[in-house]
Amino acid sequence: MKYYSYFPGCSAESTGRGLGLSAEAIAKPLDMELVEIEDWNCCGSTPYGSLDEEGALVVAARNLALAEKMGFDLVTPCSSCYVTLSKANRNLHDHPALLKKVNEALAVAGLEYKGTLRVRHLVDVLVNDITPDFIAARLKKPLRGLKVAPYYGCQLVRPDYGLDDTEQPVTLDKLVAATGAEAVDFPLKVRCCGGSLMLSEEASTLGLINKLLKSAADSDAQCIATACPLCQTNLDAYQSRVNSVFRTSFNVPVLFITQLIGLALGVDEKSLGLDANIVAIPSVILGSSEATPKNPSPDTRPEAKIPPIPTSVNIEGSVRRGSI
Amino acid sequence: MKAEMKTFLDEVRETPGGEHVLACIQCGTCTGSCPMAARMEHAPRQTIAMVRAGLRDEVLSSNSMWFCLSCYTCTVRCPRGVHPTELAHALESLASQHGYRVEKTLTPRLYRSFVDSIEANGRVHELGMMVKYYMGAGPLSAMRLWKVGLQLFLHKRLPVRPTRIKGRDDLARILKKYREVRSNG
Repeated sequence: MKYYSYFPGCSAESTGRGLGLSAEAIAKPLDMELVEIEDWNCCGSTPYGSLDEEGALVVAARNLALAEKMGFDLVTPCSSCYVTLSKANRNLHDHPALLKKVNEALAVAGLEYKGTLRVRHLVDVLVNDITPDFIAARLKKPLRGLKVAPYYGCQLVRPDYGLDDTEQPVTLDKLVAATGAEAVDFPLKVRCCGGSLMLSEEASTLGLINKLLKSAADSDAQCIATACPLCQTNLDAYQSRVNSVFRTSFNVPVLFITQLIGLALGVDEKSLGLDANIVAIPSVILGSSEATPKNPSPDTRPEAKIPPIPTSVNIEGSVRRGSI
Repeated sequence: MKAEMKTFLDEVRETPGGEHVLACIQCGTCTGSCPMAARMEHAPRQTIAMVRAGLRDEVLSSNSMWFCLSCYTCTVRCPRGVHPTELAHALESLASQHGYRVEKTLTPRLYRSFVDSIEANGRVHELGMMVKYYMGAGPLSAMRLWKVGLQLFLHKRLPVRPTRIKGRDDLARILKKYREVRSNG
């Protein structure tokens, strides 16, 4: 059993309910114990840092201090929490004078941060601690024959906290392959979905989602798998908006990678929060098990193949001005 | 005030995220990589040039940095380690703290609603945050999205009740203390 200090993030309680539920549901079958950090607060995300760069540091630091006391690595399933907490952690680690000031402030609540914590994304834990081989060996319903577009988005791999390549990552591809499904070549897999600006600048960000959905559909993917709650919400909840604005007819289910793994592990749909998904998930995904033996031996399972990494980086998502 | 004696460039460089602005060689990789450059009054490369030219009001009242999606593509591609994403956050932070009113973007209002929600509850209450934001942003923008909101609500993805943490007073006291410590240098 591996233990982690678990930071679900605010969205795991609401828009990203499917992520929160599925992360917790796959923990047990994968021998992980996600011990929730008691009374954690919002990491601050991008907005806090944008209004008050330094205040954001202490908002994050309270969580780091609470987690450090527990003695395990901090793990979060949310890409934005991952970047925000990693950034605060790095700043506090690299600048002892800053750490001292932050500790003066934390002391009013009886807290102290020593700077020893490791902040990790759940994808990191699944790939490097649990390992794809271990996941593959635990499958009850391998998703054989299913084509999945692995969507990394931005903050899982950028700026760069060492998890994966920033433009041609492979970690999600490996996890998709571990479920028995096929990770298709998805050229826009690291392009931005628009993030929270979907609320304030829909006219611009809807176009980004349109391109992502088109790229996934062109790759013959039957669904998209992502690790980020904001990516999932944008691609799933706004798909109908894309269809009405761009006169398209996308019908691409968007699952969390943890939901996909959960299905392959034989976890029930409700525990994985699949009822939270807005674009309906067809039975070909939910019932992938039907065509496969009940208890396939991992040794006889055909090697799921990871697609070749595209040699050129597609920057279709970027818009160039006449003059740069 | 001290702020009046130092240049805008100094001010930016002293703000976390703005430290590396002088390393820029104006190659334009940031602008070429930016999914939102076309929507900004001044694209990222140009904004950096303006910071260095000391155009304080023009930069801090522009909508440019508020269009940053924090996708960090410019940051990982910049050959000089300027960290344009962090620079955008630094400029947003300076514009907010100095009370600049920014036209042609609703993002500052969105961020304010988000931060208010954290300060009230300790965690973000997404429904409350959205209601507050749309009340200020105007009913038209809310109307366009009622179907999306309804779907989220029906799928139990927008709980009505906020989660309030026990330590929200602690959080407020920590922030207050930190602001004191910071202003004492």
